[in-house]
Amino acid sequence: MTPRQRRITLVVGILAGVSLAGVLALNAFRENVMFFFDPSQVAAGDAPIEKRFRLGGMVRPGTVDREAGSLDMSFVVTDFKHDVRVVYTGVVPDLFRENQGVVAHGRLGSNGVFVADEILAKHDENYMPPEVAKAIKEKHGGVMPVNPDIRAAPQTGT
Amino acid sequence: MTEFFAMGGYAVFLWPAYLVTLIAIVANVLIARRAHDGAKQEARRRFDLEDEGSTT
Amino acid sequence: MNWTWFHRLGSPPHIYRIAGTLTPWFAWPAGLLIAAALYGGLVLAPPDYQQGEGFRILYVHAPSAWLAVMIYGVMASAAAVGLIWRMKVAHAVAASCAGVGAWFTAVSLLTGMLWGKPMWGTYWVWDPRLTAQLILLFLYLGYMGLRAGIDDLGRADKASAVLAIVGVVNIPIIRYSVEWWNSIHQAPSVMKMDRPSMPFDMLAPLLMMLLGFTLYFAAVMLVRLRAEILRRERTASWIREVLR
Repeated sequence: MTPRQRRITLVVGILAGVSLAGVLALNAFRENVMFFFDPSQVAAGDAPIEKRFRLGGMVRPGTVDREAGSLDMSFVVTDFKHDVRVVYTGVVPDLFRENQGVVAHGRLGSNGVFVADEILAKHDENYMPPEVAKAIKEKHGGVMPVNPDIRAAPQTGT
Repeated sequence: MTEFFAMGGYAVFLWPAYLVTLIAIVANVLIARRAHDGAKQEARRRFDLEDEGSTT
Repeated sequence: MNWTWFHRLGSPPHIYRIAGTLTPWFAWPAGLLIAAALYGGLVLAPPDYQQGEGFRILYVHAPSAWLAVMIYGVMASAAAVGLIWRMKVAHAVAASCAGVGAWFTAVSLLTGMLWGKPMWGTYWVWDPRLTAQLILLFLYLGYMGLRAGIDDLGRADKASAVLAIVGVVNIPIIRYSVEWWNSIHQAPSVMKMDRPSMPFDMLAPLLMMLLGFTLYFAAVMLVRLRAEILRRERTASWIREVLR
């Protein structure tokens, strides 16, 4: 082996070793790395129910219930397989909407209701002007599909 | 015009974000130029001194 | 295999001259592209159906985040070349990358916070994507600190190159964090195999920004590289020639 080949081996060796260590570490801490758990994971008992954790999913349309005259509210978080009802008191971010992603931080009560003290909105990677969004929604019966084909939407002048 | 700067109510987040980016763009040009000018000056000084040293 | 061409490429006076010639060819297109993309992103692009005008932060956040990751790739590759072929100019390239990379990693974090507050409802959460990007900033700072802390240039080059190569594992973690784990951060809109997730009049300014920022980095890095080469080749006679 020439000195250069030895140095190549060294660099490749460092990369391989660190990558392996990284993969093992990330696998071991998989659960701790999970930023949130979805309703199916909660139903399967994968979520740390005895501790505070984050619950993430979509706000099921028609389930947002605001108490008149107060900041109390409740809604259902769904992953379209399982549902969890969330109660919360406070202001929600701009993007908190029906059929939008949401991440709630709090505790799961023994009655199966999630008591949240922090609500974060999650948005997807799709960007489009309001007219295009409206046209796509109309084509899909009033609901935004999960992976809309923006190019297929009728083009509107801007 | 006011409507443009209001950015639909997001002005307080949007303009600082653009400002931070602009600062980074300008700062990095200045840092790079200063480093190069400084290195050139330093090299000139070094060679001038050596020239003097060799002539005397 | 004959490597003379490769070693000629690594000759400092050669690189110093080439870098000087190339800089304006990167700088001017970069300036024009960024200016045009600013107009396109702030004025011509329509507002988003969810985020309204606020989505325009994308046009500074995404290019900064791209630079942060791309510069690290260049830095680590140059460090590896420097380590394997004992090429000093490659180490100089790596050293010239770190400062710019750290700056734009910080910009991507700050613009992300300013975007996260109105949309997600928080400036910061310990999310995998956000945390991995913060680690990237520490990698850059660690690289620069390590170089600054070692007086012997050859040893500084070697030690910092090893750190840069070790840090490469963070790059796929940043890229795929939003797919491997549940994250509050959305998936990529452009850097993916599928079609882009936005219409043309929103996409065009973003692509121009991404290209503009890339060329801008090339220009800034080349100027820093010239400074770095001058500092390293302290006594070389060719410097006397180019400074005349």
